[in-house]
Order: sequence, then C-alpha cells, then structure tokens
Amino acid sequence: MGNERWSRRQFVSRAGKTAGGVVLGLSFADFLAACGASQAPAAGGGKLEIFSWWTAGGEADGLAEMFKIYKKNYAGVEIVNATVAGGAGTNAKAVLKTRMEGGKPPDSFQVHAGQELISTWVKAGKMEPITSVWKSQGWDNTIPKDLKDIVSSSGDVWSVPVNVHRGNALWYNKKILDDNSITPPTTMDDFLSALGKLKAKVQAPLALGSSGNWQVQMLLENNILAAGGPDFYKQVFSGKASFTDANVKQALSWIKSMLNYVNSDHPTLGWDDADKRLISGTSAFNIMGDWAKGYFTAASWVPNKDFGAAPSPGTTGKYVIVCDTFGLPKGAPDRANAINWIKVCGSQEGQAAFNPKKGSIPARTDVSASIFDPIAQQFIAEFKTDALVPSSAHGSATPDAFASGVNDEMGQFVINKDVNKTASNLQKLSDEFLK
Amino acid sequence: MPILMIAPSVVLIAIFVYGFIGRTAYTSLTAWRGVVPDYTFVGLRNYERLFQTEKFQADIVNTIHFTVFFLAGCLVLGLGAAVLLDQKLRGSIIFQNIFMFPLAISFIVTGTVWRWIFNPNYGLNVLFHNLHLDFLQSGWLTSPGSALNSLTIAAVWQMSGFCMAMFLAGLRGIPEELREAARVDGASESQAFRYVVFPLLRPITLSAVIILGHISLKIFDLVFVMTFGGPGYATDMPGLNMFITTFRQDLFARGAAIATVLLLMVALLIVPYLIWNLRGETER
Repeated sequence: MGNERWSRRQFVSRAGKTAGGVVLGLSFADFLAACGASQAPAAGGGKLEIFSWWTAGGEADGLAEMFKIYKKNYAGVEIVNATVAGGAGTNAKAVLKTRMEGGKPPDSFQVHAGQELISTWVKAGKMEPITSVWKSQGWDNTIPKDLKDIVSSSGDVWSVPVNVHRGNALWYNKKILDDNSITPPTTMDDFLSALGKLKAKVQAPLALGSSGNWQVQMLLENNILAAGGPDFYKQVFSGKASFTDANVKQALSWIKSMLNYVNSDHPTLGWDDADKRLISGTSAFNIMGDWAKGYFTAASWVPNKDFGAAPSPGTTGKYVIVCDTFGLPKGAPDRANAINWIKVCGSQEGQAAFNPKKGSIPARTDVSASIFDPIAQQFIAEFKTDALVPSSAHGSATPDAFASGVNDEMGQFVINKDVNKTASNLQKLSDEFLK
Repeated sequence: MPILMIAPSVVLIAIFVYGFIGRTAYTSLTAWRGVVPDYTFVGLRNYERLFQTEKFQADIVNTIHFTVFFLAGCLVLGLGAAVLLDQKLRGSIIFQNIFMFPLAISFIVTGTVWRWIFNPNYGLNVLFHNLHLDFLQSGWLTSPGSALNSLTIAAVWQMSGFCMAMFLAGLRGIPEELREAARVDGASESQAFRYVVFPLLRPITLSAVIILGHISLKIFDLVFVMTFGGPGYATDMPGLNMFITTFRQDLFARGAAIATVLLLMVALLIVPYLIWNLRGETER
C-alpha cells in the first residue's frame, strides 16, 4: 500500500500532499547541482537543465518525447534531465527552493500554474517574465485566456502551460450503474439519490481515500463550484468572499451527506485505493482528478466500456484545472536554450507528444483530439467551452500555506461533521493567508 | 595540549549543533514566511499563534499520551522478557535474537508493515474474524479513538527488544552472590527481585527511559508512514507538524518555533538526567 500511495505522482504531479526524506534529497541534489553548474556558452550549444518531478511512468515518457523534439530542433544542446523523485513533487520543491536560494537555478523548472508560481516565485523576484516569447509564439490565439490569467501577474506572463488535468471528475463503474439502471448523475440531488439507491446493493456506493485529506479538499472545491458557480469560486479562493457564505456551507453539507455512503476505512486509504474499490465492484462512484483514468487503464479497464467519467455533480460546464507549466528563473545559466525549451513546451508538436503519455489534455486548444482516448476527447471538447477555474487543493488558486491548512480542517470535518465551525475555521485561514 | 586535542570537535559542535540551534531559535522570533528570508523581529508572536492552533494543542496531548504508553509498554515487556530469558533455559538465545530483530528494522519499514496489519480489510480484523473472535475487531488506524494506541503498539513492538537487551545486560551484571545472599537470609524469589534485583536495575531503567523518551518525543517517521497524523489530528505529532509547517506551508518562522518547543521538551527530559549523571561522577 505504501508504494501505491507514492505512485500517485506517476499520474499527477502535485506537491505538498505526500512527502519523503527531504533532508537527504536536499544535500545530495545540491551537491549534484553544484557539480553540474558549469559556465554557459552561447545558444546553439551548451546545456539545458530541466528540473521536474516527472520520474516515472507516463509522465517520464512524455517528458522524453519533448526532449526528442527539442533535440531535433536544437541539435548540439546537451539536455540535463534533473528530476527529483519522491513525494509527488514535495522533495523536488524542497530541492528547488535550496537551489534558488543558493543562486543556482536550473534553466527551467516544472511549476504548477497559479499561486505556486506567482506567490512563491514571482513575488519573491526569482523569475523572468516570458511575455515576449508568449507574444512572438502567438499563444494568445491557442491557449485559453483563463489559463493565461493564472500564469500572469502585473501585466506579465511568467510561465507556459504544458498540460491540463481536470480536478472535478466523477468516475463510475459502468456495470454497476447499468445493472441498477442509473444514469450518470449531473446534479447533486441526482447523485445523492443514486447513492441512496445503491446503498443496499454495494458495500459503499461512494469510494473515498482520504489519507492526507487533500481528496476531501477536492470534494470541497468541486462542491463550492457546484453551489456558487465560477465567479463565487474565484472570489472565495482569493479572499474576496467569505467562507462563512451560504454557498460554502452548502458545499460542506453536501460532503456531510456524501460521507453517509463512503467506505469506513477511508482515512488510511490513498486515492488509488479508492479507485481499486471501483474495479473490485465494492464501490460504484469516486470523485477524483483525471489521473484516476491512468489507474483504471493500467488495470486494463477500457474507457466508456468498463468505466465512465462525468463532471463532478453540479459542475457541468465548469472545469477545475490542475496545470503544469515551465518558467524562466532569473539567472538561468543557459538562458537562450531555456527560452527555446519554453517554445517547445508551448508548441503544438510538443503538447501533442507529451499529453497522450501523461494522461492529461493539452493546454492548447488546437491539438488534434484524435490521438487521445475517448474520455480525454470528451474533456478536450469541454475544456474549449467550459468556465475554467484553478484548483485550490493542488496549489493553483491559493498559496500552499492555505491549501495545507484546509487539508487539516477537512480532516477535522470528516470526524466532527460540524458545518458552521468548519466554515468559520476556513475563514480564519483565509484571513491569515489570502489577504 | 589536551585542549588542543579536543578543540576541533568543540569548534565543530559549537557551530553545527549549538550554532544551528541558536539560528533556529532566532528564526522563530522573526516574520519569515515564504521562500525569501525575512528577519523582521516579531518577538514571541509565532509562539502565541502556534499555541492557539488546535493542531498544536492536539500535538502536545498526543505526544504526552504516546510517550507515557510507549515507555510503559517497552519497559514492562522488555523487563518481562529479560527476566524470563535470564533463567537461561534451553533455547533462550534464539528468543533473545528474535526479540532483538525488530530493532534492526527502520521505523519506515515497521510503519508500512503495521499499516498492513491494521488494515481493516486484510489485516488483524480478518484474522480475528476467522478465529471467531469478532469482539476483538477494531477500527485500528481508521478511527480517531484507537489510532494513537495502534501507533503505540507498533512503536512498542519495535523498541521493546531494545529494552529487553538493556535489562538483560543489567541482570547479567548483577553478581549471583547477591541473590544467593538474599536467599540465604530467607528471602523468597520474588522478595529477592523486589529488594535486590530491581534496585540494582535502577540506573539501567533510567537510561532506557531517557533513550526511549527522546525517541518518542521526536517521533516522525512512524507517524509519517502509518497515519500521516490522521484521522483528523488524532495521531499528529510535533515533528510531523514541524515538517509540514516548514516545508509545505513555507511558514519557516513558525516551523522554527515548533522546533524550539520540541527542543525544550526533550531538554526537560535530558537535562535532569545529565545533572544527575554529573553529580554521580563528582561523587565518585
């Protein structure tokens, strides 16, 4: 089970949800960095050091595909693949922090769009804007404005989105739904009544793995989106609306209702353990990001035959994005090579090569959908028309300090189920970290 | 000359131990939050905030609870096993080794294994069910009421062998003549233990308490693997809280404050021991 918990990083690169031996990682990678940082020659040769936590499975393959394209276009540049394994990016981020502090940044590094980029690095003055690259590549025409907005601040763009994961997805065991003639629910009322109908038939209709509590935070943000809509969502997660608002309380009471139908061992299970319950038929539904798809297909489940996906209840027409980007740190040793790398990341060719392997959809809207599986095709189509909001649980909408505090609160909520107390505690966090 | 001999290690320890402790304590008095250091002096504000958080209050209670039960479990089991093994029955060497083996494993491995054992779907509960002992089933790590005790069981499993080894060494160090003399004076076997053996084990017991006590106050890896502090704050510990606060939330000053509180807690345990030790040495 331990290994399965770590394996989440094969599907989503999210820091701050699980973690490992940072201390060792720090010193060793620091040492490597010190060895690797030689003086940079001009563009056309030299090195390119790309820092990420894509070390395994589809994401490592996807990264290798982008490296191939880079080598084809810019022959003679030696690519240094500086990955740091472990802890779904937490170790990598700790290493990155020491490197940036020590004045030895990589040429470009993986960073989640939104607050992880803006409040951690841009506000600290550690990044260089890529606005001119963005303009010269014409990305305004191919990357949605909502996405550009979350990698921008004070009129400049700071990184280029490579992929988009969806946070608000409802996964279901198709056979169980068919057997009980249930159609995939779109509203929360439908969903709760479907759960009620299944309660006598399956052990726990809704699968939940809440180890680390971020999965419950995903339920919260999806439900806030369902209750309040995208505008309220953006306001509440930027500290402009209050968490004691009726919409948030509604979202919390929905979670409370859902908890009547979940497996009782959820505090010790990871998200993948929860998806295992769908495969074994002991649960019918799971609400999880679209990295769950990778878990199902790895178990030889066929999309739209064995399992299906829909937006999480009440969020039709809305898309919670979890997005990886690459930016340009100040003082990058091979700046010209890094800018070329950013161009590859934002290119149609690069995103078409990367995303099918990674299991995400492209950030660009002009990549042919035919190379993707049917569920990704469905999401690509919805991505073009849906209202896009950044995920808080995955560090895009809010700083890590806030998201991590919300995890704790949700862990308490699952036990005490006290809507009013939780709402006011969330507001306290908002006062402290979102103002 | 002797001063020159120890000078290098004194200098290194001064910098890398006490210097860093000082730096941490200083950081805990600043406003540092985020990746850029901010050394604005804010006094004890971080401590105030820290002690107001529900999480840290839970940490303190959990640590005390865990330490008490962990120490009691290790000492009782360790002493019991040592006394039995000291009877020098046939095969006692084998058991001695078996009891010692868990000590060779890291807490990470112990934690992973026990997480499996406590898993409601394929662990102890299944075993109890098959043995028709369903009343023994429990939520183990999944329910807030039992999680901390389950954690304690795993920790005791790992460290009681260590206690046994210490007590065994202590018992073997007591000359047989002393017990013999007690018997000649008409003491029963239990009286010999009560009035001769146990008092002589007191220094060993104290060392065991100190060693186990500081392990339990600083516990991190076991919690990290087994429960990650959950459910809720049921098994959260200051060490884990410090890690999350510092490296995940980027609240460096508050993380340093937790580290300082942790240091004070350990000092509360160690300093009296050191004083006692020192006094013993000067008397000798």
